[in-house]
Amino acid sequence: MLPIGSQRDGVVASIKINDQVVEVDAQGDTPLLWVLRDHLAMTGTKFGCGMALCGACTVHIDGAATRSCVLPLSAVGTRSITTIEGLSKDRSHALQRAWLEIDVPQCGYCQSGQIMSAAALLEANRRPSDADIDAAMSGNICRCGTYARIRKAIHRAAELLSADSSTGISK
Amino acid sequence: VSPAPDLDRRDFLNATVAVGGGLMLALTLPGHAGKASPAHPAGKSQSQINAWLQIAADNSITLIVDRSEMGQGVYTALPMLMAEELSVDLDTIKLAAAPVGDAYISPGNGGQITGTSNSVQESWEKLRTAAAQARIMLIAAAAKRWRVDPSQCHASNGTIFHSSGRMLSYGEVADAASKEAVPKDVKLKAKGDFEIIGRSRARLDSPGKVDGSAEFGLDVNLPGMLHAVLAQSPTLGGKVKVLDAAAAEKMPGVRRVLSTDSGVVVVADHFWQALRARNALKITWDAGPNAQLDNAAISALLKKTAAAGDGQVARAEGDVAAALKAAKQTLHVGYELPLLAHATMEPMNCTADVKAGGCDLYVGTQVQQMSQAAAAAAAGLAPSQVRVFTTLLGGGFGRRLEVDFIPPAVEASKALAAPVKLIWTREDDMTHDLYRPPAYEQTSGGFDAAGKLSAFKLHVTSPSITARWSPPVKGVDDSVVEYAINFPYDVPNLAITYSRQEIGIDVGYMRSVSHSPNCFAIESFIDELAAAAGKNPYDYRMELLHKKPRHQRVLQKTAERAGWGRAAAGRHQGLAFMEGYTTHLAQAVEISIESGELKVHRIVCVVDCGQMINPKIVESQIESGIIFGLSAALWGEVTISAGKVQQTNFNNYRVLRGNEVPSIEVHLLESDESPGGIGEPAVALVAPAICNAIFTATGRRIRTLPIGTQKLTSI
Repeated sequence: MLPIGSQRDGVVASIKINDQVVEVDAQGDTPLLWVLRDHLAMTGTKFGCGMALCGACTVHIDGAATRSCVLPLSAVGTRSITTIEGLSKDRSHALQRAWLEIDVPQCGYCQSGQIMSAAALLEANRRPSDADIDAAMSGNICRCGTYARIRKAIHRAAELLSADSSTGISK
Repeated sequence: VSPAPDLDRRDFLNATVAVGGGLMLALTLPGHAGKASPAHPAGKSQSQINAWLQIAADNSITLIVDRSEMGQGVYTALPMLMAEELSVDLDTIKLAAAPVGDAYISPGNGGQITGTSNSVQESWEKLRTAAAQARIMLIAAAAKRWRVDPSQCHASNGTIFHSSGRMLSYGEVADAASKEAVPKDVKLKAKGDFEIIGRSRARLDSPGKVDGSAEFGLDVNLPGMLHAVLAQSPTLGGKVKVLDAAAAEKMPGVRRVLSTDSGVVVVADHFWQALRARNALKITWDAGPNAQLDNAAISALLKKTAAAGDGQVARAEGDVAAALKAAKQTLHVGYELPLLAHATMEPMNCTADVKAGGCDLYVGTQVQQMSQAAAAAAAGLAPSQVRVFTTLLGGGFGRRLEVDFIPPAVEASKALAAPVKLIWTREDDMTHDLYRPPAYEQTSGGFDAAGKLSAFKLHVTSPSITARWSPPVKGVDDSVVEYAINFPYDVPNLAITYSRQEIGIDVGYMRSVSHSPNCFAIESFIDELAAAAGKNPYDYRMELLHKKPRHQRVLQKTAERAGWGRAAAGRHQGLAFMEGYTTHLAQAVEISIESGELKVHRIVCVVDCGQMINPKIVESQIESGIIFGLSAALWGEVTISAGKVQQTNFNNYRVLRGNEVPSIEVHLLESDESPGGIGEPAVALVAPAICNAIFTATGRRIRTLPIGTQKLTSI
């Protein structure tokens, strides 16, 4: 196994995804999105536009919401990647619980990206206002128009998080 | 619309139904977390009770859904219809997408087609009856086992009980039940006895959509699968003249470069390699017949044909020509609508696996039979040799009624003797859509000496969508005047006519189809007539609907909820009404305009869609339609220059984002009428309601969409 963040022959790279170090055999210019989907069969992260315009491919890089469709593998380095598959093992993240309670998805295709953008927001801001949500979520398009429920679910998740922290449950 | 399938009817009637033969696609559902294998054979332990129900010996129950899930909620609503009569727990059942089969043909759509917002409308009687029949067969089988009379037994929650207290699970008698005669004249539950229908239940497809495990076409992964991209002519309708693939073929991972009728297919080990190699192709294109095509030419062509005559009559009452001639006052106005792109979030894609003697197709499609026929033709197989596995659809909106993205995947799989997933990029998707047709819609109205509206005429000029489908439409294409022929207002002399004018490129069905252009023309013009008559637009509509209490109730509730006539200072209201897809609805919007900038503050929508199955999904669909309609009304426009589409991605084809959504209030009216459609109707009212509000604000009539291209300063 290569040390994390290093590359060999320009095609094999070692990166850290969802707390696991994996080696991938891909050219350095391959966007992280396609490394995840094609090389690692992690298909929860979606392809929508390829230009960081729609947010369907959103993952976390060291906790920050990042569009994986424009991030080359060679630029990932030692940073830690979190995908929708790594958000929780059992749909127990406050956002996933809120999403199910409010039944946010319709076609569902954009929802991984929506949830990952919202998760980065909540990580930085435990009580976001509508304006905070607008600012954090405007890069994520939903053609089904689930926006009102997304907003409601983010507020609900913030409540669940504060209830969890007052009862000592982490997540 | 009633599109007929694009294949010989005999082909699909002869095609294997094979509902019990392992053609099911297992989905990720509650209680079944984790990814299911895409191809999940039913196995021998399953008993097929009818086309919609399989029960295994271990009492696991699989409901087969014959409509594609594209966000509209059929994977929840249709199982709810069945569960009501079958007495099973929705939270423990499994779902499977139906294979191609005669049982799944939609009578209204003329094929196995998810469209025209009719999934619930058509399933309402059909699925409840099928489920009730299955329940009776299960009870009969249990009664035989016990040697008792079936009347002493009842079914509840997947179990059959005898009055003695004995019980058998559905699974224990499923095999025997499948051999029972199918009962006729089953009695369905009365509305008052519903336990599931009419209640807001959580969607069955949500869990997989919050953890990334839901499987869309793009997510299909087969052993040994290769990845492909397609290079298509930048000019619509063009063809490859010279292909030089030498450089591309040497790129890492590239397996083959293939010329097909659809364009040049590049197959590689991975998507990114295929895409990089596509950039290295050197192609000289023959631009073909559309090299000069642009928007100005299309607009001029439609207007020229519109001026040449009235075209074919779609609906006529009284004598419009005479009434207009005799009228004291007349009004003649034309409305112009642009080409639109579907822009589903999931770009077009298809995975094909051509093997000896057959082909497996994994595709998010609204048309299973046509997908089968397209794959069969591309692979040189009979339709019955193609199995179609329908995945979840990352949006449909009518785009996935087309099969243009299927043949190149099949051809590539056949050529490489391996499964191939072909993906369109966003740019491919945006520049090679089957666009919503442009239209020029002329309206005429006449008032008699008493000031009463005596004549209303709508003349639609537009390309035909349905003509491309087989068998070719003779006479008026319903898909172009579908809403107009439902014209709801009471006018003694009425004419709806259609002139067909093709524009050189194929056009397609888009969510709400002709309802949007027709409703834009009719509801804008009714407002213009109200202004000419000196009436309030709400009062005027109520008068013209005086014979229709169901319509009036919806309008009246809308006015109440919106506070019609009581807009806040600086705000202006606009109204639109429609009866479409057997649903009645109205929208009232509130806007403001500052320095020529439009802001939509609030949209109130009141809906009477008859009996609701799952009110929460109805509400989502209405909101969804409003947002879809709002994107189109404000910014939606595909422009063509020298035969090339100029919009390429979400930076230049703008759609609504979360921070741009106005306050939307949906009010659902209780009703005992049969269910109406809810996926499409709300789209159509947004543009006319906003444009009517713009008139109130500025005195300016917006007769060309999108609004964003129009000047909004006050006159």
